[in-house]
Amino acid sequence: VTTCGLLRHRPGGGGAFWVDSQQKRYVPVKGDHVIGIVTAKAGDVFRLDVGGSEPASLSYLAFEGATKRNRPNVQVGDLIYGQFVVANKDMEPEMVCIDSSGKSSGMGIIGQDGFLFKVSLGLIRKLLAPKCEIIQELSQLYPFELVIGMNGRIWVKARTVQQTLIIVNILEACEYMTPEQRKQALAKLSGT
Amino acid sequence: LAGVLERSREQLLRQTCEAVVLGVLHPRTAISLVLQVLSDAGSLLSCCLNAACMALLDAGLPLSALFCGVTCALQPDGTILLDPTALQEQEARAILTFAIASSERKVLMATTKGSCSVEEMQQCLAAAQRAANTIFQFYRDSVRRRYSKS
Repeated sequence: VTTCGLLRHRPGGGGAFWVDSQQKRYVPVKGDHVIGIVTAKAGDVFRLDVGGSEPASLSYLAFEGATKRNRPNVQVGDLIYGQFVVANKDMEPEMVCIDSSGKSSGMGIIGQDGFLFKVSLGLIRKLLAPKCEIIQELSQLYPFELVIGMNGRIWVKARTVQQTLIIVNILEACEYMTPEQRKQALAKLSGT
Repeated sequence: LAGVLERSREQLLRQTCEAVVLGVLHPRTAISLVLQVLSDAGSLLSCCLNAACMALLDAGLPLSALFCGVTCALQPDGTILLDPTALQEQEARAILTFAIASSERKVLMATTKGSCSVEEMQQCLAAAQRAANTIFQFYRDSVRRRYSKS
């Protein structure tokens, strides 16, 4: 064991033990869905900043319905939601925006407006757990669009700028609030 | 301005960290550790070593072992003082700092200022290894407190 953390156990099947550690810096892992920021266009390949030690590369053909004639409209500074197809310590990470059957399944360029912010990797894992209470409670507050990247980045878009910022603040504070404090804060917001 | 003393401290810290950090997992990557001295009441090098280890733990970097720093001051009459204050450091005949790993209390780094005999150094090392247990227990308690919040 080389990292510190909580030892967790899943009794089902053969039983699995793993160490649940909180890491600050994201390390690209194959199959992870992440939000990347386009930093450069180099010929046929886009360079994306994913928060790791190296920028990831994304080919222009890795979008649904993209051909040599039909290029995707990606500019520098755009947000892309994709998954890693190559990610190990020896090679530059590569991303794609289609899954193995060629469909985009939610991946691709993230739309206009909205707000991108960074949280710790532990909170991301909590939010991505099935039946996450935080997201269910927030969805009763305002309708909003949410994209969660495993690299610690979250993109939120609600109807107005004020609602977006409120959701951002709650998500950032969720890391340190107990469930009761969170319910109190949400009750105060939905009351006013 | 950073002088020779700061550079030698950096070098000692770097050697200790390189021995425990698993650099194989992060090729072509720089891991930079920044330490800011807020107040110095003696035993600065071992304080830096302890802070460095806790920072690496907090960042979640894979380590092969934990390490801690212990300073011993050898007084003119031969008694060993652990974790000396600045005044005790000045009066001491020799100051020895050891970086001790958590696996079987092996010595990662040893530095001496002043002169002492080999037996005295062995005695200081034994005392430092015993003291390391307290420091490692402190690490465990801190990490436990941090993970109990999540």
